[in-house]
Amino acid sequence: MIDPIKPPRRKNPLLRTRLPALPPRPRSRTSHGFTRAAAEGRFVLQRCEACGCFAYPAREACPSCLFDGLTFVEAPRRGMLLAETTARVPSDVYFRERAPWRIGLVKMDCGPTIVAHLHADCVEGAAVRMSLQLDKSGQAVAFAHPEGETANMADDKQWREMTADPKFRRVLVTNGRSVIGQEAAVALRAAGAKTVFVGVAEPWRPFAGENLLRGQDGIEIVTLDAADEKVVADLAADIGGKVDILVNTTEYVRPGGLLDRRGTSIARDEIDQAYLGFINLAQAFGPAMRMRGADGINSSAAWVNILSVYALANWPAFGAYSASQAACLSLSHSLRAELRPGGVRVMNLFTGPVDTEWFQTVPPPKVAPRAIAQAIVSGLKGGLEEMYVGDVAEEIRQRLAANPKALERELDR
Amino acid sequence: MTNSLRAPYDGVVIAAPVTIPYVRYSIESAQWWIGRALSALVAQAGIKASDIDGMCVSSFTMGTDSGVGLTQHFGLCVRWLDTIPLGGASAIAGLRKAARAVQARDADIVACIAGDTNHVDSFRLTLENFSRFNQDAVYPYGAGGANSSFALIARNYMRTFGVTREDVGRIAVAQRTNALCNPHALMKTPLTMEQYLAARPISDPIHLFDCVMPCAGAEAFLVMREETATSLALPAVRLLSTIERHNAFADDPMQVRGGWAMDVGELYAMAGVKPDDLDVVQTYDDYPVITMMQFEDLGFCRKGEGAAFVRQHDLTIDGDFPHNTSGGQLSVGQAGAAGAYLGLVEGLRQVLGTAGPTQVGNASLALASGFGMINYDRGLASGAAIFAGPSR
Repeated sequence: MIDPIKPPRRKNPLLRTRLPALPPRPRSRTSHGFTRAAAEGRFVLQRCEACGCFAYPAREACPSCLFDGLTFVEAPRRGMLLAETTARVPSDVYFRERAPWRIGLVKMDCGPTIVAHLHADCVEGAAVRMSLQLDKSGQAVAFAHPEGETANMADDKQWREMTADPKFRRVLVTNGRSVIGQEAAVALRAAGAKTVFVGVAEPWRPFAGENLLRGQDGIEIVTLDAADEKVVADLAADIGGKVDILVNTTEYVRPGGLLDRRGTSIARDEIDQAYLGFINLAQAFGPAMRMRGADGINSSAAWVNILSVYALANWPAFGAYSASQAACLSLSHSLRAELRPGGVRVMNLFTGPVDTEWFQTVPPPKVAPRAIAQAIVSGLKGGLEEMYVGDVAEEIRQRLAANPKALERELDR
Repeated sequence: MTNSLRAPYDGVVIAAPVTIPYVRYSIESAQWWIGRALSALVAQAGIKASDIDGMCVSSFTMGTDSGVGLTQHFGLCVRWLDTIPLGGASAIAGLRKAARAVQARDADIVACIAGDTNHVDSFRLTLENFSRFNQDAVYPYGAGGANSSFALIARNYMRTFGVTREDVGRIAVAQRTNALCNPHALMKTPLTMEQYLAARPISDPIHLFDCVMPCAGAEAFLVMREETATSLALPAVRLLSTIERHNAFADDPMQVRGGWAMDVGELYAMAGVKPDDLDVVQTYDDYPVITMMQFEDLGFCRKGEGAAFVRQHDLTIDGDFPHNTSGGQLSVGQAGAAGAYLGLVEGLRQVLGTAGPTQVGNASLALASGFGMINYDRGLASGAAIFAGPSR
């Protein structure tokens, strides 16, 4: 039984901000099969293609039959907690600062035994449900949960290290003029965020959906145009020290590829808004977020990008737009590495065409902005790094994994 | 007891047990400690370094060196060489290999050495880089090191067999009593059961006095044929039997027994002795609960009776079951891989009658065991040896 976490007090500006430490990072290359699954919230184990036995930790050959075909496959999550211990004097700074830290040995129903972080409500001798999570180092770790729901489950101290739960945190949503931005602000507030700052360019100009934001408790409209370096810097000077989660909802969608456009002015706008806007935001807000990764209950925790799934495979009908998204995707990997020392997560949500004005001529299925907003919240609560929202995005993901060349040909229509 | 088909160790002896006294921290390198041990071996045996034609080394902190680098470092020219990275099982494994080498005349005098330094940060680095499974699937979980891994094993063992902390504590307390006779033990103050029970928790149920203190030091001995020892007029110990086993009982969901349980029959059959015949026993005591497990697996009592066994016996030097007479790693310190040698080297001194203040009266037959490498969820390596002094 866990006591709910309490809203943090106002920060004492005279005290030194405690610098983030990270849990041990080194892993074998094979072990990153778990990282890949954890990024998407899947639970996998290696399974021998020859004899079917599950193995753990990551191996290069099957311990039953020596076959080298061990594939990471979805595995049953249930296991039994055999024994637990509480490390009170860990040898590493990250855990020493967070001690006592509870771990246990879990015998999985499918065979292997796994050393796992324990949710406080796990009981020795009882069943547990295993998940793979990304720790503050961004590496996959096994996390054992009690089999059923328990009170204040998400407030568990060790679990909160694995997630970027919006509860009591302060969020900046960068574009409140978009429906996605508006839905995201409302959903994050509903998920327990203390304050949601919503960026709006020239906020004195009325805009559709304004009533969802203006005057709402815990939602604050701020002046922000991601493409304007000065405006971004001004906002960061004002609220940069209290942005715990940044949701980059900047969007600039225009149809067309190369030949049917004349010149580079539209492409330049796409780059200005999406790519350079991303850079402006990262340079203004990133350094403070990286510093504040261990700043208590409302430490900085995550950076979220909403990207088109066509960042992964170009869709010529929106060819230049796809390219701007690919540029942002690549940049997000740089940001992820650069925010790593702060333990700040970078989560990318890939979506298909959204049900908004600029995709008017695109046939369904299209993604509802509300679905994206809900995905943001559930991704932060689950500590994910990669999400595919909607049927189109999920289909592109699968087709890309199956045959990228086939996908390229088939998008060319 | 089973009959052994293995060739006996006829004519194989061990001599010149050497301990380089431990220090908590050392600014010297592992190579320095190994060099001191080598020098002491030569001095104690009254030989020249060039007489050593075989070497077997174990160390966690040699950096990029292996045994071959040490030959040049120390000006040795050997025709038989081994580097054994088996942690707490290194001494038994090294002894086994050296014994067969001298028996087959691949070498005449083999120096078996373990030495490690302990810089302020080296223990943490050893924990971090212990093994691939440890790196991937243990260390990132609380970074408790061996303490947490053995805590899980201890908790399960204690619950399964109804063992209390006080039962386990008897081993630690008795060893401290022994250590007070050993001027080289790092722990120099008496330990009462009350103090043991009141110690601060490290990783439940492991408390402070269940843990060894990492330190720097070295241990060594020579393995040769009996006629070599005679020609050198060296008092020598006859090797009677050994066992070694790795990754035993892999299907046990948690470790409640070590590899000894697989081979213990052969251990006594090969030596032609019974557990009762032993005068001194030196177990591998990285944690007292592991020693309790060895009392069972090495045949002194049945599985699950370890706690009753320690309640019924006096484990001190003057007791009815003299055990870890130097104080063991728990009280002397754990000098890395030298921890594997500590019990064996003390056992050699016991049956040679040269143990000095820790000497057990009329000791002539001893057993030493090793245990090592908690690669993932259990100690993988185990071994044991029985040996007899000149008086037997």
